[in-house]
Amino acid sequence: MAKTVVLNRKPLSFSERTYLPQIVTGLKTTFSNMFKPKVTLQYPEEKPVIPNNYRGVPTLVKDPNGREKCVSCQLCEFVCPPKAIRITPGSVPEDQNDREHVEKAPQEFEINMLRCIYCGYCEEVCPEEAIFLQDVYSSSGFTREEMVNNKAKLYELGGTMPDRHYKWDKKKNAESAGNSH
Amino acid sequence: MISPEKEEFVVITLNGTEVEVPNGINAVEAAALHGKEVPHYCYHPKLSIAGNCRMCLVEMGTPMRDRATGEPILEDNGGPKIGWVPKPVIGCATNVSPGMHIRTESDLVNECREGIMEFLLVNHPLDCPICDQAGECRLQEFATDYGRGYSRYIERKNVKPKRTRLGPRVTLDDERCILCSRCIRFSQEVAKDDVLGFVDRGSFSTLTCFPGKELANNYSLNTVDICPVGALTSTDFRFKMRVWFLKESKSICSESSSGCNTLVSSREGVIQRITPRRNDLVNDTWMTDSGRELYKSVQSEDRIRRPSADGSDLPLEDAISRAFETLKEKKLGLVANCRSTLEEQFLTQRLAELTDAKVFIRGHFGEDDGILLSADRTPNLRGALVAGLTNQYPAEHLNELNQSISDGEIDALLVIGEDLLESGITQENLDKISLVFMGTTQNSSSSSANVVLPGLSVFEKSGSFINRSFLLQCFDQAIPGPAGLLSECKILSKLVNLFSNETKVLSELHDVWQAMSSMEDSVLSGIEFSEIKKGAVQLDGSKWKHLSFVEKEALHHKPMDLITA
Repeated sequence: MAKTVVLNRKPLSFSERTYLPQIVTGLKTTFSNMFKPKVTLQYPEEKPVIPNNYRGVPTLVKDPNGREKCVSCQLCEFVCPPKAIRITPGSVPEDQNDREHVEKAPQEFEINMLRCIYCGYCEEVCPEEAIFLQDVYSSSGFTREEMVNNKAKLYELGGTMPDRHYKWDKKKNAESAGNSH
Repeated sequence: MISPEKEEFVVITLNGTEVEVPNGINAVEAAALHGKEVPHYCYHPKLSIAGNCRMCLVEMGTPMRDRATGEPILEDNGGPKIGWVPKPVIGCATNVSPGMHIRTESDLVNECREGIMEFLLVNHPLDCPICDQAGECRLQEFATDYGRGYSRYIERKNVKPKRTRLGPRVTLDDERCILCSRCIRFSQEVAKDDVLGFVDRGSFSTLTCFPGKELANNYSLNTVDICPVGALTSTDFRFKMRVWFLKESKSICSESSSGCNTLVSSREGVIQRITPRRNDLVNDTWMTDSGRELYKSVQSEDRIRRPSADGSDLPLEDAISRAFETLKEKKLGLVANCRSTLEEQFLTQRLAELTDAKVFIRGHFGEDDGILLSADRTPNLRGALVAGLTNQYPAEHLNELNQSISDGEIDALLVIGEDLLESGITQENLDKISLVFMGTTQNSSSSSANVVLPGLSVFEKSGSFINRSFLLQCFDQAIPGPAGLLSECKILSKLVNLFSNETKVLSELHDVWQAMSSMEDSVLSGIEFSEIKKGAVQLDGSKWKHLSFVEKEALHHKPMDLITA
């Protein structure tokens, strides 16, 4: 059984009983802050600077040629822990000139922001570097439907990102450069 | 192919341990029997050996013997000296023989596999994100298991056509093809429709259809199943769903009496595809293309989704009591169905006995292709015989029923699934009687029925079928049925309860099976429900030998008169 030890407290001294030294110490901190630069942001009028590695709302991006990068492999849908992502895959017809060599693309791509936990697994797993958690951090709406980002909204939020690969251009070059059958 | 002498066992040494394997099987199968995987692409247990992928290379040796005397040569430690073949051999074309030594895990074998993988991947596109085979791809699996893990290839890869239409149901992606020739051998040996071949040489080799031909036979989608990579894809399933989302349920194809074992793949209650399941007694690893499309009927327009009486919807419980009111104390006829499960047919028979109803049943027939599409286009005609619904072989019409209605012998009818107008009943006769229809899709019977009880499709319930060789096989529910509906089994047992004025519920399958297996002089007596859950059960069909079954001799099926002859 635990033994209760009673500790005897020292009685407060006279100056401690007046509280004056403590008040002075506190006021010193208060007054010193008056001369330091302001750190408070007047949100929402003022917006914070978002660091590069920030994990905001997941978005879909296009390559600098304006082509969609997502091929609807559904790995993000698979890896998403709260099952916020839902993709309807679709095939791209062969005769679309602006989407040469693209065979598969999402017909619909929905991310339910009421479920999303901003973990960034979707960005990590994406083999096509098509989904990024960018700097959008405040998403709000009046209905549940509004909080589900569809494909158009995701591309609008994502915009264009620099690309290291230009996959579709590479495919086109490979075909025209030879080794083609 | 596995040799027929399966009974004899021989002792071989697999990776240093002595094991017993059936005589004549190849090294790949022998190793698999003892839990050692020998990776392979071109070898398929049901096709001839091509030996062109070189992935199954293993080390092979036999105990050495002195050429002059025939005496075994011994090592210093007294064990037999093994003469290893200096180069690795392909496991698929190496049949085991007594005393043979096989190494599947040596350094040499691992190096071989690594080398083969590197060559196979040289011109393979990085298509996994959009490839339908991803997740069930042998190339993916073996690349991670036996590959080197990175590529040394910096040259430009070959470019080949990405979407070639080989036939109405098969699309070819040439870049992904690893030239294993399984599809070619399948077309020649199983489908007997020789339309595929390789053209051009070296890395330009391409799979193609012969000029003027296309891969259009009813077994074409099996080439997609056996393709170890994503080269051959099903046009129907292409880009529809990634395979890792699919839930697979064991089912039986209900297209014909051949009873192909199938896997029904669904995601969140929607069936995405049907693929064959290996059963060496019935369908090997094949099934028909037409059988794979049956899932589309689940979502069809004319599906009955709500119970109704005299044109207005009502809850199922009320509809069942309305059906009872409609049928009771009448001169009752019962139109049973060869597409019902054995359990449903048993309950139908029970209902017929209780109500003194006359039972009518019709067959559905078509062409027999001699492989897996039999002439009897119902999955369970033999079930109707076993359940005692009829003693005669069902005809394609119900003229007898038409006559009975005309003569006034029947004034109420319970119809299970069948289309009465199509079966030869006149509209005039249909209007004369009170009609209760139970089925999944709308037809002439449902439109003139007083009470319509919706049923569940074969994918939405469990049950069992008896196939053309009297093999009793059960299938599992793959997806949930529409909300608020019950299986035919439960509806029938509720009707049985109402007619018998008892509360004994036979609603679960094992209850029905208990009743079925306790029947005397039935071929089902003594068969446990758990037994058929484990695998197919062969029933004795000799009782019906005199009937002229329409099925021809086909894959794993011999008509009964041929067996006895």
